[in-house]
Amino acid sequence: MSDTDAPVLRMESVRKTFGDSVVLRDVDLEVAPHTVTALIGASGSGKSTLLRCANLLEEIDDGAIWLDGEEITDPRADQDAVRRRIGVVFQAYNLFPHMTVLENITLAPRRVHGVARAEAEQHARELLERLGLGGKADEYPDRLSGGQQQRVAIVRALAVRPRLLLLDEITAALDPELVGEVLNVVRDLKGEGMTMVLATHEMGFAREVADQVCFLDSGVVHERGTAEQIFGEPQQERTQRFLGRIVEAGRL
Amino acid sequence: MTLTKDETGQESGGDSYTPSQRRIEREAFKRARSRRATAIAAVSTLVTAVVLYLVVVNAPGWPRTKETFFNGQYAREAFPKVLEGLWLNVRLLFVCGAAVLVLGMLIAIARTLRGPVFFPLRFLAAAYTDFFRGLPLIINLMIVVLGVPALRLQGVTVDPVWLGGTALTLTYSAYVAEVFRAGIESVHPSQRAAARSLGLSNRQALRYVVLPQAVRRQVPPLLNDLVSLQKDTGLVSIGGAIDAVRAADIIVGRSLNYTPYIVAGLVFVALTIPMTRFTDWVTARMDRRRAQGGIA
Repeated sequence: MSDTDAPVLRMESVRKTFGDSVVLRDVDLEVAPHTVTALIGASGSGKSTLLRCANLLEEIDDGAIWLDGEEITDPRADQDAVRRRIGVVFQAYNLFPHMTVLENITLAPRRVHGVARAEAEQHARELLERLGLGGKADEYPDRLSGGQQQRVAIVRALAVRPRLLLLDEITAALDPELVGEVLNVVRDLKGEGMTMVLATHEMGFAREVADQVCFLDSGVVHERGTAEQIFGEPQQERTQRFLGRIVEAGRL
Repeated sequence: MTLTKDETGQESGGDSYTPSQRRIEREAFKRARSRRATAIAAVSTLVTAVVLYLVVVNAPGWPRTKETFFNGQYAREAFPKVLEGLWLNVRLLFVCGAAVLVLGMLIAIARTLRGPVFFPLRFLAAAYTDFFRGLPLIINLMIVVLGVPALRLQGVTVDPVWLGGTALTLTYSAYVAEVFRAGIESVHPSQRAAARSLGLSNRQALRYVVLPQAVRRQVPPLLNDLVSLQKDTGLVSIGGAIDAVRAADIIVGRSLNYTPYIVAGLVFVALTIPMTRFTDWVTARMDRRRAQGGIA
């Protein structure tokens, strides 16, 4: 992991369609190391699809995506090797209900990365402790609150020490009280220099934590800039309208 | 700040998209790779087939085996008789299959009922599955097919087909009940909670939310049991009914040539394959309609 300015993730003219509908159109994106990029926009604007494409869960139709300078959309690329370097946290947590918290977290380190059980469990317990879940290691996911489950999901993504973390509306399923505890975790991760791309509806949080904000509408990145630029003086009419509605709703 | 698409192109909804060179190359590569995969599969299949053929044909006893098991003349003689017998197997399969699905479902539901009132029902259902899953089918058949007529009950049939079908239904209902029960219990409790929260009664929750998911999930094991039932319909011949197996048996007994067995076997296989493909197709279609898309 070098500290050069070479982007961790780079997208160029990415296009994705589902049948006749174009979900992403000519999307360009660059994510520098140790920065946080927030994707904002209405539901259905393509934020989640963009993240799924970056993790190769969706095959793009055109354009290309690079991870640390290596083109991952090349059909010759090893998809599993790519995914090993990217952590993903989903909106609906997607924890494995048949495994304890500890087993959920140590699954990939042990089975994919070949870490010894004792070491993997120790690392998992340290992470859980840091995220305030020290006592939950042997619980099953269904017995935890939503906020706790989402923090476990974050630990699971972090346990493999990913190069890049993708967060897909990770607070959307949580009530406001629990949103805070999850966002605190993301804030701490930023402090530690984790490179992240997050799709979010939490505008206040995006404004506070993001180094770069992208506004998506109908699958197009209409505006991109620092949080001050986008939230302070948006240039595009669409962005102004979107943010206007957010302010009206009292959410910024 | 970057603007990546001009407004006019957006508003009209028109899509002035032309595939890039990159996409064209990528797709050409994928096509080439899939052609190569197809070629490898074809060659590997051909080699396997040739090797198998040579091994069988060069076996020391092949000429004799060929004469006793793959005799064209006996095959032609047996085929129409076997088909005639198969019609009985098919009818048995449909009638018993329907009865088994209904009875199995009822037993499964009885076993999942809650509340103390239903204790006897739960107990009976559990006892039924325990007993008939444990009892060997062949013994069950002999008891029903030979034992029931021996009672000389008024108004009870002595037809071996009906009695044999009853025995099959008894055993297979027990198996299928367990398949359904496993399906019902595999539906996440949150689904029942969501249904009950909408005000659905326990029964409605079962009917509209739990069972549809349970049945869908259990289609492959159910099909497994139905195919197995289809083959076991051949066992009704122990009571004297003439099905495909018995029809082959008659010719074998007369000619001491085993070709009719091969014919009967192949006919059963031919009956199963379309059934499996059909179920695969149905499940795949249901999956496609519900799936989020994506390749992982």
